[in-house]
Amino acid sequence: MAHDAHEVKKEMVAIYPKKLGKKRAEQIVVTELGPDGSVPEIKANVRSSPGIITQRGCAYAGCKGVVIGPSRDILSIVHGPIGCSFYAWLTRRNQTRPPSDSDPNFITYCLSTDMTEQEIVFGGEKKLKAAIKEAYDVFHPKAIAVFSTCPVGLIGDDVHAVARQMKEELGINVFAFSCEGYRGVSQSAGHHIANNQLFKHVIGLNELAHEDKFTINLLGEYNIGGDAFVIEDLFRRCGIKLIATFSGNSDYDSMANSHTADLNLVMCHRSINYMAEMMEKKFGIPWLKINFIGAAATAKSLRKIAEYFDDAELKAKVETVIAEEMPKVDVAQKDVKSRCQGKTAMLFVGGSRAHHYQVLFKEMGMEIVAAGYEFGHRDDYEGRKVLPTIKVDADSKNIEEIEVRPDETRYVPRLSQERKAQLADPELEFQDYVGMMPEMEDGTLVIDDISHHETERLIELYKPSIFCAGIKEKYAVQKMGIPCKQLHSYDYGGPYAGFEGAINFYREIDRMVNMKVWSLVKAPWQTLAPQPEPAPVAAD
Amino acid sequence: MSADTSAVTNMTASLNILQKPAALPSYVSTRNACKLCAPLGASLVFRGIEGAVPFLHGSQGCATYMRRYIISHFREPMDIAASGFSESSAIFGGGENLRRGLQNVTAQYKPSMIGVATTCLCETIGEDVAAMVREYQEAQIDLPTPQLVHVSTPSYSGTHVDGFHAAVRSVVATLATPEPEPSHHVNLLPGMVSAADIRYLKEIAEDFELSSIVLPDYSETLDGPALDAYEKIPAGGTPIQGIRSAAGARASIEFGRSIRQRDTAAAFLESTFGVRAHRLGLPIGINETDRFFSTLKDIADRPVPRQHEMERERLIDSYVDGHKYVFGKRAIVYGEEDLVVGLAALLAEIGIIPVLCASGGKSGALRQSIAEVAPSSPGVTEVCDYTDFMSIGEKAKLLKPDLLIGNSKGYGIARDLGIPLVRVGFPIHDRIGGQRILHLGYRGTQQLFDRIVNALLEHKQQTSEIGYSYM
Repeated sequence: MAHDAHEVKKEMVAIYPKKLGKKRAEQIVVTELGPDGSVPEIKANVRSSPGIITQRGCAYAGCKGVVIGPSRDILSIVHGPIGCSFYAWLTRRNQTRPPSDSDPNFITYCLSTDMTEQEIVFGGEKKLKAAIKEAYDVFHPKAIAVFSTCPVGLIGDDVHAVARQMKEELGINVFAFSCEGYRGVSQSAGHHIANNQLFKHVIGLNELAHEDKFTINLLGEYNIGGDAFVIEDLFRRCGIKLIATFSGNSDYDSMANSHTADLNLVMCHRSINYMAEMMEKKFGIPWLKINFIGAAATAKSLRKIAEYFDDAELKAKVETVIAEEMPKVDVAQKDVKSRCQGKTAMLFVGGSRAHHYQVLFKEMGMEIVAAGYEFGHRDDYEGRKVLPTIKVDADSKNIEEIEVRPDETRYVPRLSQERKAQLADPELEFQDYVGMMPEMEDGTLVIDDISHHETERLIELYKPSIFCAGIKEKYAVQKMGIPCKQLHSYDYGGPYAGFEGAINFYREIDRMVNMKVWSLVKAPWQTLAPQPEPAPVAAD
Repeated sequence: MSADTSAVTNMTASLNILQKPAALPSYVSTRNACKLCAPLGASLVFRGIEGAVPFLHGSQGCATYMRRYIISHFREPMDIAASGFSESSAIFGGGENLRRGLQNVTAQYKPSMIGVATTCLCETIGEDVAAMVREYQEAQIDLPTPQLVHVSTPSYSGTHVDGFHAAVRSVVATLATPEPEPSHHVNLLPGMVSAADIRYLKEIAEDFELSSIVLPDYSETLDGPALDAYEKIPAGGTPIQGIRSAAGARASIEFGRSIRQRDTAAAFLESTFGVRAHRLGLPIGINETDRFFSTLKDIADRPVPRQHEMERERLIDSYVDGHKYVFGKRAIVYGEEDLVVGLAALLAEIGIIPVLCASGGKSGALRQSIAEVAPSSPGVTEVCDYTDFMSIGEKAKLLKPDLLIGNSKGYGIARDLGIPLVRVGFPIHDRIGGQRILHLGYRGTQQLFDRIVNALLEHKQQTSEIGYSYM
């Protein structure tokens, strides 16, 4: 590697006041894989410092925007002043396909109590009740979700009591989320809050029985750019029955029925591992970490599912699908490699994406020089094995941990202890996640909650071929002459999941890293004057 | 030329064909909001000041969300810092977060100014942010420290436009120096207009040989060049020295009929320093732009530059040329109140009936302002303030308009009705170049007019069974 990552790290934190510099130094790690597979410890899931331009959003964003929002027939009402509702108005990013034109899709709506001074002073419960009633009268949804924004918790509106009351009055499911923006340190708090409330108020309410074999739920797939459509198609072709997705292209009934599946697949570990754990404890459904980003990763994930169900017919179908898809992938890979091999990428995004997308870049022959999560925890970096050693700080303590016990009638262990032991192969990541760092090259930089300033320095020093982040970073990065691919919204492109998605991604990155526009920045009359002839070297 | 405009205007006067649509139920909740929150407007203002960094006293999520929206419109970097309230700061106060945040921003950006806007979070717990900011500034008196400006922008009160105007006023009230040397310049306070509009206003002032201070000026900071070397704070913006001298200006020109009765920056400068305030409508359409140019002519004491007269003449000529395509058409206009007023003025001139003028704002002055600029329309123009897109959509079904004019958020309605949407204002995030849409003056009106006519022609062509290539 051309740069000494340790030096780069020093340089990046030098500008900060001392205390802040010390903190940031603990969140920036140079990867080094120990002989025992250990990786250096990173500080993560800690509060961003005031005045630092962070990529992070808030608990409300994680709860409403990420986890619940993409579900098409849970009607969301945001309780608070208008801004937050407007800003989390979903449209193109999370796609959904109602089964028919007459089935509801509320994703394009943005409903808010639009609190004014009046409610801030005298309380907003009355207005919230009226808003729920009104929404019910207009939309007749099966379920209404209420999201609290900052002032609501402060003025003491009891949104949960209102939800209970309205649930009784309307005879539909109504539940609320205390996801005020000041809770926790990032979106991550909101994911946890969303998981908790879905688990308490939705999971297990629909007892529809299935005749199908190989029933699964897909957890932590939000159908950005149509990824879920691609994955659903692969399942269909393999004969795997998808009960529910949390929450891309999902509906309420399927989520309520998800406890009937025999396996939970965890795509985005960060946002949904709570659900996997709770469903295992309550219903006995094991979970498996999978990743459908990257062709090889997709093939591996399908094989892992087949291995779990241990069925010859399923295994054969999976192999058939992989064999059908891989030749197309190989052709595309070979083509892009001729132009992309050896180029470098940085990924600073999400709580899983900065890991998952490394696979795609490697498949193109590109090198990852630095990566990090926006709201990941240590287990997302170092693997779940560090879970027992993670210190719970005040910010995390404020998020409820639900105590879950096996359901008296519905707990059904899916596997024998013996079979579970067989599945303990680390490659399979059965009820485990190895994290991002063990899969990165030694000497690469891992930066948690990268700041705007660090982003600039990193780009100046490394000049990567491409930088992956979100809309907030995109144009700053591009001002520096480096293309920036958004991995939150996909720049409204995609899908990038599965085999088909991998090919899309190769083409997109090929286009971006080989774009010629920057060569035009200087007008002909602005180019540097020809360098003077080098002075003759003086003879000794 | 005024005879010509009134002739065009009079063509609408005979129209009174519409019934008022049946009253629709009113709603408690806001359904698909036609407004954003106040601190967003304040952040935009601070971004338009040279060397300034916007700062929100609230949750980090506020900064992230507003950055996302502003960035997706301008397709430019937009840094907004935040004090990042935690649960404990929400309970015990965010003073320490604010102080540390200001220190950290100073260390990273070396800004000449930090604009601190409040949020619903800190306002709900009742923090005296003005005092905190003042104390911080005083404590740092011996250190190289940026100028701080505070503005109160709780999102439970007003809209992004109110936050915008409040921030402009705060900047002026904080910086304008009590006894300045008279500087002969003119203060231009355009309100929330596009980057292209700001550039054009500066050009007009130059052509009048008037030195001007445009506040804010994000024409470069939010529409900047591709760079070799990244600038943490982009070049451009209203110079702070210029804002200090606002008190000694020859006059202020402030746009926005809806804010004429409000305590704005221009009002402050007039009442405190005696700077004559010219409070005009947003100059869209011939009549409103004539008022602006007449004002400039008086202030500069020189004739309207010929090239601008020619733009006006070409515009009138095109009104005549395009009249057959637009006359009698029905439009719904929505967005920020003053933009809606300006667009209504234009439509009334060209013979399009603004059947609904809608805004999420509630200045209380929308109806009166529309009546002033589109006097031919009473009874045919419905005015709705404090409304939302679902209400607009419901009315639209009854009103059967031929086109919509407004920001990207109305696209769903246009799509449902199968009619064109002419995109103006903010936010534009389903097309490129929102920051380069020119709305103001003769030139901006020309561009709007051409776009409106062409949108109607394109629609007619696309829905024609034959597909004529000669329209």
